[in-house]
Amino acid sequence: MDKMLKLLSDNARLTTEQMAVMLNMTEAEVDAAIAQLEKDGVVRGYKPLIDWEKTGEELVTAIIELNIAPSKDEGFDGIAKTIMSFDEVEGLSLMSGGHDLMVTVNGRTFKDVAMFVAKRLSPLPGVLGTATHFVLKKYKERGVLFTDEEQDERGGV
Amino acid sequence: MNYDKLMNGTLVDMKPSGIRKFFDIAAEMEDVISLSVGEPDFSTPWHIREEAIRTLEKGRTWYSPNAGFLALREAISGYVSRHSHITYDPKAEVLVTVGGSEAIDLCFRALVTPGDEVLIPEPAFVCYDPLTRMAGGVPVPLVTKAEDAFRLRADVVAAAITPKTKLLVLPYPNNPTGAIMPREELEALAEVLRGTDIMVLSDEIYGELTYGREHVSFAAIEGMQERTILVSGFSKAFAMTGWRLGYACGPAPVMKMLIKLHQYGLMCAPTTAQYAATEAMNNGDEDVEKMRGEYDMRRRYIVDELNKMGLTCFEPEGAFYVFPSIQSTGMTSEEFCERLLKEKHVAVVPGNAFGDSGEGFIRISYCYSIKHITEAIKRMRAFLEENGLCK
Repeated sequence: MDKMLKLLSDNARLTTEQMAVMLNMTEAEVDAAIAQLEKDGVVRGYKPLIDWEKTGEELVTAIIELNIAPSKDEGFDGIAKTIMSFDEVEGLSLMSGGHDLMVTVNGRTFKDVAMFVAKRLSPLPGVLGTATHFVLKKYKERGVLFTDEEQDERGGV
Repeated sequence: MNYDKLMNGTLVDMKPSGIRKFFDIAAEMEDVISLSVGEPDFSTPWHIREEAIRTLEKGRTWYSPNAGFLALREAISGYVSRHSHITYDPKAEVLVTVGGSEAIDLCFRALVTPGDEVLIPEPAFVCYDPLTRMAGGVPVPLVTKAEDAFRLRADVVAAAITPKTKLLVLPYPNNPTGAIMPREELEALAEVLRGTDIMVLSDEIYGELTYGREHVSFAAIEGMQERTILVSGFSKAFAMTGWRLGYACGPAPVMKMLIKLHQYGLMCAPTTAQYAATEAMNNGDEDVEKMRGEYDMRRRYIVDELNKMGLTCFEPEGAFYVFPSIQSTGMTSEEFCERLLKEKHVAVVPGNAFGDSGEGFIRISYCYSIKHITEAIKRMRAFLEENGLCK
């Protein structure tokens, strides 16, 4: 199963046939295993890694640190539920260290994102403070380089 | 000056390596996708590189003892015992060399005298024949066949032995075929050699890279350690080709001669590489395991795709090459490689680069990412289809 997850993590677009050959399984076994992974919630989805810079599309990404006063009943989960329901929120994690929640937000402009923080996140009950960091350049995401591919230097022998 | 007359005639007559034949054409082309290199696509694992950097920073840049640092020889001895269950005395039976290549060269120069016959399985890596000739020996090719999974049959060896036979080269897991020698076949071979004075150069540089079953060293077969020089190195399993570091293990009297020759020719292997290699031997097993898993997936994929497009290949169980037959296309190996390169910009190596018996085959390396391999396969399929050659 580890091998299958590794394969999917590297390239979720391999066909069932290709995966079956690589993993020494039948196609039916591969399909069944993937169905199980999805059913168990191990695999939550499949998405491409898009370098938006190359599309000409305007897209701004920011990482926002939130300090939270956890509520008595729900701790951090209550406010997390509210925050993750916003469409603008791409990612949300509870953190160790200097702040509590880390929110990844996508918007069309810097102003969009800043306004989202000011109008939607800051006023939420329990939010004690925010710090917004804009992403200026992506070098690598989820193990994939966002720079031009390095040339294969082999072939000297 | 007539340089050809000045130079050693054996060397002048020697053909250049056929592996390189299409490399230069490929280098001139744009958009070439290669499946031709014989080295890992992985970089040397970071902890190994770090060890080299650390010793450089400390200024440890001197010669080592001729045979290599004792710590490394001990590590090699431990590694070989851990993986192949053979014991070598690090003080007298282990030599650190400049790549497995130097160890091979030393064996020929130390053992072969003019007129001696050297048995060399074919297809095999390109160096054994020329190095035998340089030592004044006579190479005797032992043809291995696809229908035998390119294994060396004991009866073929028995039939080739003459009173002049000095040395048998045993290059398994094999480059270019990917063949391995299972224990039973090694036992049969040992039976043929018992009672003779024939030495064996067991080139096990791909020993870590077998799929499905463990590699068996010829030296581990009962009674064979006394006649075997085990040659291996760091290039393939640890992704350390550029470090140029290998080793030889064998009986003390033989190793004494190899070390003498190495001392005059090389002094010692590069010391920075030796420090890195010590780290690899002691803490690198996990890295090898990870890389092997990756190669295995690519191997299964590429073998399946080749068979599907009608380039039949037996399942290679070792190294990182596939050796499909291209006989169904009616082309020679070189024709196939040249046209594939010119028409589809895919570079592979013609089988005849590895001896005449490699004619009708091509060597494909899977030291490339799945993405890269997929693109190459697509182009190869198109090449066959456009020429009306697809199954």
